[in-house]
Amino acid sequence: MIETIEPSSSTTTPDTFPPPFIAVWQHHHILDLDDFTQEEIELVLETANAMAEVLTREVKKVPTLRGKTVVTLFYEPSTRTRASFELAAKNLSADTVSLDAAKSSVTKGESLIDSLCTIQALGADIIVMRHSQSGAPYLAMQHVKCSIINAGDGWHAHPSQALLDLYTIRRHLGKLANLKVAIIGDITHSRVARSDIWGMTTMGTKVVLCAPSTLLPRGLDNFIANCRLPNVSIETKIEPALEGADVVMPLRLQMERQQSGLLPSLREYIQLYQLTMERLSLAKPHVLVMHPGPMNEGIEISPEVAHGTQSVIEEQVANGVTIRMALLYLIAGGKSK
Amino acid sequence: MPDRILMSPEDMQRALVRVAHEIVERNKGANDIVLVGMQTRGVPLAKRLAATIQGLEGITVPVGSLDISLYRDDLSSLSLKPTVHRTDIPIDVSGKQVVLVDDVFYTGRSIRAAMDALIDLGRPQSIQLAVLVDRGHRELPIRADYVGKNIPTSKDEEIKVSVKEVDDEDKVTILSPGKGANDRND
Amino acid sequence: MPHNLIISGGHIIDPSQGIDKIADLLITKGKISWIGDKGKAPSQPDLHTVDATGLIVCPGFIDLHCHLREPGFEDKETIGTGTKAAAKGGFTTVCCMPNTNPPLDNQTSIDYVKKTAEIEGTVQVLPIGCITKGRQGKELTEMNELAKVGVIGFSDDGDTVASSRIMSLAMDYSQVLGLPIIDHCEDKELSDNGFMNDGWVSARLGLKGMPKAAEEIVVARDLALAQLTGAKLHIAHVSTDGSVELIRRAKEKGVSVTAEVTPHHLTLTEERVMGSQLKENKQLAYDTNAKVNPPLRTKEDIAALIKGLNGGIIDAIATDHAPHTLVDKMCEFGLAAFGISGLETALACLMGLVHSGQLDLKTLISKLTFEPARIIGTKYGELGTLKTGCPADVTLLDPNKEWVVDSHDFASKGKNTPFDGCSFKGRIIMTIVAGKTVYREDL
Repeated sequence: MIETIEPSSSTTTPDTFPPPFIAVWQHHHILDLDDFTQEEIELVLETANAMAEVLTREVKKVPTLRGKTVVTLFYEPSTRTRASFELAAKNLSADTVSLDAAKSSVTKGESLIDSLCTIQALGADIIVMRHSQSGAPYLAMQHVKCSIINAGDGWHAHPSQALLDLYTIRRHLGKLANLKVAIIGDITHSRVARSDIWGMTTMGTKVVLCAPSTLLPRGLDNFIANCRLPNVSIETKIEPALEGADVVMPLRLQMERQQSGLLPSLREYIQLYQLTMERLSLAKPHVLVMHPGPMNEGIEISPEVAHGTQSVIEEQVANGVTIRMALLYLIAGGKSK
Repeated sequence: MPDRILMSPEDMQRALVRVAHEIVERNKGANDIVLVGMQTRGVPLAKRLAATIQGLEGITVPVGSLDISLYRDDLSSLSLKPTVHRTDIPIDVSGKQVVLVDDVFYTGRSIRAAMDALIDLGRPQSIQLAVLVDRGHRELPIRADYVGKNIPTSKDEEIKVSVKEVDDEDKVTILSPGKGANDRND
Repeated sequence: MPHNLIISGGHIIDPSQGIDKIADLLITKGKISWIGDKGKAPSQPDLHTVDATGLIVCPGFIDLHCHLREPGFEDKETIGTGTKAAAKGGFTTVCCMPNTNPPLDNQTSIDYVKKTAEIEGTVQVLPIGCITKGRQGKELTEMNELAKVGVIGFSDDGDTVASSRIMSLAMDYSQVLGLPIIDHCEDKELSDNGFMNDGWVSARLGLKGMPKAAEEIVVARDLALAQLTGAKLHIAHVSTDGSVELIRRAKEKGVSVTAEVTPHHLTLTEERVMGSQLKENKQLAYDTNAKVNPPLRTKEDIAALIKGLNGGIIDAIATDHAPHTLVDKMCEFGLAAFGISGLETALACLMGLVHSGQLDLKTLISKLTFEPARIIGTKYGELGTLKTGCPADVTLLDPNKEWVVDSHDFASKGKNTPFDGCSFKGRIIMTIVAGKTVYREDL
């Protein structure tokens, strides 16, 4: 049974509490978590906590971002992330516009920069963008003044996902420091894994990356060493990765990986890396099963585990809206440097 | 000019007791009252009022806390103080006499935001306002129903309210012009 | 006919003759006519003087590897603009690669380049012909005909001849002509459309990497084929320590191989993709100006390349000048074109190695003059030298002049440089081609 440590919802508010801490929010954009301090991540999680209360109301709306325009610009298909951002924006009373690259003038050959400048000229305050090329948001921020929130760029980063992962873990386990999180799957192509590495190590969490060696970047060892991330380790076997883990996060295996020769077969991947109930028992009894979604049930995760008692996968989706409301709030108010 | 203490701990306590009496008197008892403290210092003040009312009427008045960050009319000051605390009101406010409790009453903008928040949470029968200090300079047509002490100030002065539960001591000070206080009075 | 010119009081360094002294140099009728002590030059009519006090005077630089983009890609560069850029960079001869459109795999296209260079070129342009027709890697070009038209070697640069069989045939066939096969060594299946070096930076940035082995595999193959056929092999833009080692061993065995390295591979690492150290903002920049093929590698590779240069394993320095339009570079990293516009920053960037003591000035000049001339051969006369009677191709440079790179000032159409905003110490002051001043710093 998972313990849930609910924030105070008792009939009396606590008698003593710390005075309001004055944080300085430095970000005009949210591109990746590699430049977030621990205080800034704490701020996002605290803010999300307040946002969560709004989502318990019957009318899930506050006027905070009234008059602001949030444009979602997605060059890659996505159901949950895009809907999540749009709902988050709407809950804060922002106006939202969603642009789907397949339908817009991108197919006519309009460059990314042109599209962004057009969107800025139309009055966008915040652009939420997802792109198949790593680094696209960094190009974007050099050309427009709007705030950019990265909803996923190629293999590189997915900061809001990592933040909602941290939020989910702390809600259940009460802390982040010194926990062991096992991320299992295609690390090479995973922007979720990379952002989780940054976010989790900043908060003192230990991260184990587990994958067949063809799905681990060759430079990963040096990346960990050069960026001074002693809390990150690598395993090619699943058992040591799962041993004593507090959180297990299998990643979606794209079918294309087998087709492009990175794996001999899905069958072999399943035999060696699928998260089954039996393998899950290697982890701590309170282990959380998470997944960035969408899942390939029967491939990286068995249906029993996906829908089992340790799974918080559905809750991650709800927390996504909460976190994204917090990010939109903090970005909308932050002063540009 | 050095800081001046305008209310001692005893002054504060007496004012709060009187306000509690007034609340009970005007509402003809303590039924249907909900005390909602404005984050941050309004919350312990609301709890003290509840305790006094408990003593007077033998009734436990529910106490909630309200964070108006999501209702403010300007986001630009966010970067100085972006922390949003959770709004936590344990009962449905619909049909109740909600008494907002705040430490300092100044321009009235916080209270306007608080009223918007309350109305989003339900349909109170009435909203009343209790403040420890009223320093004047209203920018909106809002008045307080219960006032601990009226302290006329000039715009470049700052009133600082310290409460034991947050600041380890009770007092109300007026800061000389030019000295920034930690809290913006609203 | 250009004026008679006396270059006075400069520090003359001519590796081809072993000259390294302060002296005067006399140019008459477009040729070097005399080098000797100051003030002792034979008198000449219509004599102009250039005061070269404090400057280095050396043979004009020769670039074995540059892309002039004409015909076909005139928006990126033309022979006119490219050669102006060469002159600004102190180059008096450039060898242009044949990946134009149409490619230089036939007489007509090469004639076009030669003619255009004659009319619009600022410096001497020597063509390189394709190894295979259309650079498709399938059929050899008519190498004999191309040799007659004046190519100084053969290359499918931009691509590698993937088939070892075709490559060995090319080497066999070209051997008779005595012209080198210049190979861009890249196993494209292994580099698999990667964007930068396969290492920790690509892992961090989530970019597909091109492993060092992709270059080394083809270098090894080419060396084996050169040994087999006895042909002249020239390895273009060497970038890894492994390649240097392979070339070293082959030279020890007596294989007929020469090699070149670019200024950017000698001075920049893969970390440059993460952004310029100049900008205050510490965010990753995915700087497309650092996207080049072969990619920028590691400190260890740079150390090996410098050692290789000093040890003679790498014979020459060539720019691989690759200009691109703004549109081709100002886009997502994965979609950006590969290449650095390098003619105008080559010397300045290399002087950094001289100032830090890693490279001797004489060695540097030799790698830019004497050695490339040796690889080209005497088809076009004696190049890279200040021997009397030779065409007066002379470069004057100030080894200590400080300046800041501004790509807007480039004569090249290509403003794509990772050195924008960099402060350098070392600058070309004057470039003379066949006795004519084609570039002066103060003009």
